[in-house]
Order: sequence, then structure tokens, then C-alpha cells
Amino acid sequence: MKINKEKISGIVFLLIALSALSVLALITVFIFIKGVPIINKVGFFNFVFGMVWDPSHGAYGIFPMIIGSVSVTLGAAVLGVPVAICCSIFLTEYAPAALSNIVRPAIQLLAAIPSVVYGFWGLLFVVPAIRTYLGGPGLSILAGSIILGIMILPTIISISEVSLLSLPRQYKEGAYALGLTQWQTIRSVQLPAAKSGIVAAIILGIGRAIGETMAVIMVLGNAVAIPQSILDPARTLTTNIGIEMGYASGEHQQALFATGIVLLVIVMILNAFAQYVTRRK
Amino acid sequence: MKMSSRMAQRVAKIFIWASALLVIVILLAIILFILIKGVPEISWQFLTEIPRNMGRDGGISSTIVGTLLVTAVAVIIATPFGVGTAFYLTEYTREGKITRIIRFSAESLSGIPSIVYGLFGFIFFVMYLKLGWSILSGGLTLAVMILPTIIRTSEEAIRTVSYQFREVSYSLGGTKWQTITRAVFPSAIRGIAVGVILGIGRCVAETAAVILTAGSALRMPVSIFSPTRTMAEHFYILAREGISMEKAYGTAALLIILIFIINVVANTLVNRFVAKGR
Amino acid sequence: MLRFKVKNMKFEIINCRPARRIGTAAGIVVLVLALSLLSACSNRNEAGIIVAGSTSVQPYAEVLAEEYMILHPDAVIDIQGGGSSAGIMAAQSGTSNLGMSSRVLKDEEKSLWYVEIARDGLAVITNPANPIQSLTLDQISDIYSAKITDWSQLGGTKAKIHIITREDGSGTRDAFVNLVMGESNITPRAIVQDSNGAVRQLVADDPNAIGYISLGLVDETVQALQLDGVEATRDNVMNGSYNLSRPFLFVAQVEPTGQTREFLDYVLSEEGQQILINEGLISPSEGTGK
Repeated sequence: MKINKEKISGIVFLLIALSALSVLALITVFIFIKGVPIINKVGFFNFVFGMVWDPSHGAYGIFPMIIGSVSVTLGAAVLGVPVAICCSIFLTEYAPAALSNIVRPAIQLLAAIPSVVYGFWGLLFVVPAIRTYLGGPGLSILAGSIILGIMILPTIISISEVSLLSLPRQYKEGAYALGLTQWQTIRSVQLPAAKSGIVAAIILGIGRAIGETMAVIMVLGNAVAIPQSILDPARTLTTNIGIEMGYASGEHQQALFATGIVLLVIVMILNAFAQYVTRRK
Repeated sequence: MKMSSRMAQRVAKIFIWASALLVIVILLAIILFILIKGVPEISWQFLTEIPRNMGRDGGISSTIVGTLLVTAVAVIIATPFGVGTAFYLTEYTREGKITRIIRFSAESLSGIPSIVYGLFGFIFFVMYLKLGWSILSGGLTLAVMILPTIIRTSEEAIRTVSYQFREVSYSLGGTKWQTITRAVFPSAIRGIAVGVILGIGRCVAETAAVILTAGSALRMPVSIFSPTRTMAEHFYILAREGISMEKAYGTAALLIILIFIINVVANTLVNRFVAKGR
Repeated sequence: MLRFKVKNMKFEIINCRPARRIGTAAGIVVLVLALSLLSACSNRNEAGIIVAGSTSVQPYAEVLAEEYMILHPDAVIDIQGGGSSAGIMAAQSGTSNLGMSSRVLKDEEKSLWYVEIARDGLAVITNPANPIQSLTLDQISDIYSAKITDWSQLGGTKAKIHIITREDGSGTRDAFVNLVMGESNITPRAIVQDSNGAVRQLVADDPNAIGYISLGLVDETVQALQLDGVEATRDNVMNGSYNLSRPFLFVAQVEPTGQTREFLDYVLSEEGQQILINEGLISPSEGTGK
């Protein structure tokens, strides 16, 4: 009786795992099947490095979108990462317990806001501000970077905080015993020690930034030309799919799936990098 | 310019406090804005009437129901499959190349933008399986979307369960099944719950994938085969088309409140379960 | 020491109740789901109508459906967006009973059955603060193809023109390209937005913006340009002097019958058409419909 239960449970788990994994495999296969034909037709280099995206005339180059994705993500990282790390240091080192009990839930609340609300808020406040004070249409890489930077704050803060908290107390105590100030301790002892965790947090945040669609559609302007400055409108790989997907058919749709393949590859590279960094610990 | 360590300490403190302040200010700017503009809209009528006249009049009851149903379907389907897979990967297989590939794939798949899942769901569930635009199509699509996340976080939680627990259980003559259900699962449940809550949050806030699969119908859904509109969708459509800003703010405010409530309830439930067991 | 630890763990493991509790909870949930699935199956044959397609037509279709369902409480009509091309595809494959399109059918789509339910003017809009009131079709085309880049070139203030267009595949954009652009292409530097409302909102906020939306959606936050001095009004569209307009179509695999036919009849009836006229559209039964 006991043995039967064992075998059955083993098989049940196997079935569950197989079905779940096969569904995930299905998606991957699906994306590839839909996207590869167009890459073959247009040519890999023409697709990835093509400068013109104009489906009505059969042009499927996604390079402007790659530039858009890279610039917006980089901008978000430049704006968000320093603030996030400082905030996590604040929570672990500087904040009195009462304050951190307010700040920490506040950050979780930030993570709970849907991306469409972020985008809308950006459209109402950030875009006009950029238009009035910096020029240009306001819908720009800068607007996207600001909004994305805000959106990735909770991710980076919470994971960095966990890394910092998991450091053995001896590190800090030893440093104080040697006469270092609080800041010196943080800068030369704690941050380097938590480096791999913090880097993982940053990569996770960047991954989230790259995958963001709805908020970015609203503030980026979605022009297909290669942006020339951070005040220019641009389009990312994700918003390209988002804005044309409902309308596309035939080759156009295939090209959007092909963009999905490129996104998958980028995410995989990021993940591999993150794993490499954390493993070196 | 060499700063004395005292100066550096002071400057650092200012920057760090400033960052924390900045984050709070941003949070207040966004949340307060939505709540101030939106909460006045929320009335009993708002909660119980369906949208009329393209959403200009009436309430948003059908979207509330739609959101809850789609999320429920997604979570009910994804959780057993996700947790079961995680158990299989940690308990029944050996740590090797295959498990690492699976883990890597799950990690990567959870990074694909939701819109790709939406496209997949549209072609596979809506058109190929002929489920049409329905809560079921939307729920299934979202289930697939949160599956990698649940697998990953569950697996992480299960793996960190102390090795000793398992050893003791086996040495007491426990079978694998007993070990899993009575020793490992209760300890890992907190981490698993975190993953599920993350998944719920993602479902409720999702827009792109739902528009393509659950539809955007305004009437109250009668079954899981009915099309529906979720609150996030409704907010997006109202705000973008400029149909009714007040209703849009109301929807957004309710959405944020709902997500907050879900988080709090879920966290409390988890704490109660874990506490009682000890 | 070790024996003590082992004893404690043994106690914990055997007395673990959460697993059972969770198991029961999960079981109840599954039961509820199964029950709802069963009840859902019985409702499967609701025989509703699905209308899918253009986001321009969608709001009007929704109003029509609402009124229709008040008159016929047993009827079930669901309106779905997705865009003109998606709607045509859905109608072709039978996923929806009717498709909505805000542009004329392309050659490869001509095999579908279609009917024009209304005519919609296309207004070119600018910010109310913009002093320019009228432009020619050629001028608009040159703006959108980036041959003209500054408002001062047209007699306005010195400022770069911010061009706003709809996304590739939108019926509204197709109509605009066919009627205004002719041989030229819209510049890749144009800002792309995915709905009429978004375009209107942007133009209302930005003094240097120009865009195009449904005539029926023009309100006091934007100004509609005159074409060669001809005002963009319903009357002018009807009498042909303002010639930027496009048809709103319902398409279907084959000529509709049954419930779909009844809804269609309502839409084309005097009552249905009056609703559309009230919303700012033009009925094909008035004036010189093309």
C-alpha cells in the first residue's frame, strides 16, 4: 500500500512537471516557428541591423528599436541604480526602525502600481515638463528613462537590501573596531562584499526595464526613426510589438514574432551574465 | 581634492537620506495623485453598476468581476503545475545539466514581455483552440505567463529547506511522499507563497496580454467562456481614448487598493498557516 | 545534543498540519472551479454575437449594442477591439460574426461581404493656440513627409512641427495615407500613437503638434484645420466640399443571417442611424455617400 502511494505520487509529479514544461517549450517553439521564416526571408543581418522599419513597404529592420531599447534601459539604469542602492543602504544602515517600517512598505507599494498607471502618470507630468523646460515633443527617451527608472526601484532596492542584510555582522564590527567611519565601512567593506547580490539585483531590474511595454508606449513617442538625442521620440523592441501587434497579419506578424525572438535572446544573455556573476561568489 | 573622512561621511549621509526622500516623494506623487483623483469616484454605484455609454456612465462592476475571475483562473491553474514542477525538479531529479537548462529556461521565459504571451494566447487559445475571447483564454494565457515565475521561486524556496529536515525524515522511515508533504512543503511554503503572490500581482496589473485574449467586452461575464474587460484594461482604454477621465481615475484607484488588499491578505494568510503549524 | 534535536524535528514533522489544511483548501478550490466549469458549460450556447475590429468604430458599435440590448433583453452582443486588420481577419476566419473596419477593403479582402454603416470625416487637428487656420492638402502632405519642418514656413510662429500619426495597420492611418499623402511617405520621425483619443490629447497639450482624428471626436480642446478654406463640418463632408472622409464598414464571411442579421438591420435602421448621427457620424443615407 505504501509502495503504491510512493509510485503514484512519483508519477503524478512527473506528469505535472512534464505538462508544465511542455507548455513552456510550446511557447518557445511557437515564437520561433512564427518568427524564423521572416528572418530567413529578410536575412539575419538585414533584420537585426536594418535601419528601416516600414511594414507597408516590406521593410523589416529593427535596428532603430534596438537603439531605442538600449538607450531607454541605459537611461533607466543611470537614473535608477544609484538611487536604489543608496536607498537600500539607507534601509540597512541609516534608518531608525520606525522610519524603515514606513519606507519598506512604501517601496512594496511602488511595486504594486500597474504599469499602465505609471505610463499615464508619466504622460500627465513628466512629458509636459520635458516639453516645457527642455524642448522637443516631450515624448522622448528621457521620459521613458525616468519612468522606467522609477519602476525598477523596488526590485533593485529589495534584492540589494537582502544582500546587505545577509552579510555576517563580523564584517561591520571588524571594520568599526579598526576605526573606520560608517561611510568608509559601507564603501570599502560592505558594498564590495555584497557586490554579487547587488549586481544580480541590477541585472534583474534591467531585465524588467527591457521587458516593459505599456508604460513605455505612452511616454516614448514610438517614432520609427533612429533617435538622435534623448529628447527625441523612439521605439523599443517591446513597444514595437505592442503598438502594431493587434493590426498585423502575414509577414508583418511574423516580423513581430521575430522581434520576440530577439527579446528572448537578449533576456537569455542577461540571465547567463547574472548567473555567471552570482556564481563567482 | 581629498575629502576628510569626516566630510565624506557627512556628504554620504546627505546623499543617502536624499535618495530615500526622493523615493518617498515619488511614491506619494504617484499614489496620492491617483487616490485623490480617484477615490471620490468610488461609490456603491461605481462598484455595482456596469459601464454604460462606452464607459462614460455607470460603474465598473463587470470589470471588477472580470479581473477577479481571470486572475483566479490563472492562479488556480498555474500554482499546482508550477509548484508540482518545482517539487519534481528538486526532489525527484538529480542536480545536473538538464535541471540547470530547465531552470535557465524558466528564468528566461519569465523575462519575456507579456505582449508576446498575449500574441501566443491569441493565436493558440482564442483562434486555434476556438475558445474565443473569454475569461478562459485570458486566464490560461496569464497562467502560462506566471508559470515560470512560480516554478522559479518555488524551486528556490524548496531548495533552501534545510537538508537536515529531509535527512531526519528519511532516517525516521519516512517515504518520499511523506517527506515532501510533511517536512519540506510546510517549511518552503512561505517562499512558494511569495512567488504566487507575485504572480497574482502580475495578473491583476496585466493589460497587453488580456486585451488580446480576454477581450474588451463591457457586459457582466456569465461564465468563463464570456469575454470580459479587466480593470487595468478599462483604465487604459478610458484614459487613452479620453472617454472619461474621472472614471479612469476611479478605476485606477480601485485597482491599486485591490492589489494592496490582495498583498496584505495573502501575507497574513501565509503567516497564519505557517505559525499554526508550529 | 543530537538526539534532542532529532526528537524535536520528529515532533515537528509528525505534527505538521499545515500540509493537510492547505490540501483541504486546495481541494475546495478545485471543487468550486469544477462546479463553475460545469455551470459554464451549460451556458456555452448563449448564442451571442461577437463584433470585432477597428478601435475607431468600436465606441460607436458599443453604443449601438447597448441600445439594441435594451430593446432586446435576450440578445447578447460583445464588442471587441484589435484594429481594422484584426477585425477583418477575425471575420474571415469566423472567430467573430462581424468585423469592423474604418478603411476600404484591400484587394485581397474583397471576397468578404460588407456594408457601409456610416461615414466618418477625417479631421486634421492642431492646438487651439496655433494661429494657422487653414492648409491645403499638399501642405499637409509636405508636413507629414518632412518637406516642411517649421511652422514659420507656413506663416506661423518659429517652432518645429511635432508630427503625430497613427500606427501602421490602423484604418485611420490607411485612410489618411490614401487621401492625403498620395505618393509620399510619412516621415519615420513622426510620433506614433495608438488611438484617436491619444492623438487628440497630445495635440491638445502641445502647441506645436499636428495630428489627424475622427471628425466625430473633435472637441473644444483642439481645432480642426480648414482644407483650402473649407471648414471641417459634417455638412461639408456630406456635400462633398470637404473631401476627407472614410467609410465605417461591417464585414462578414458571408451575408449575415439570424441574430447577426437582426442586429445589422437595427444598425442600418432609422433609429440606429440616428444614434450614429448624434455621435457625429454621417449616415450613408444622407447626402452624397460615395
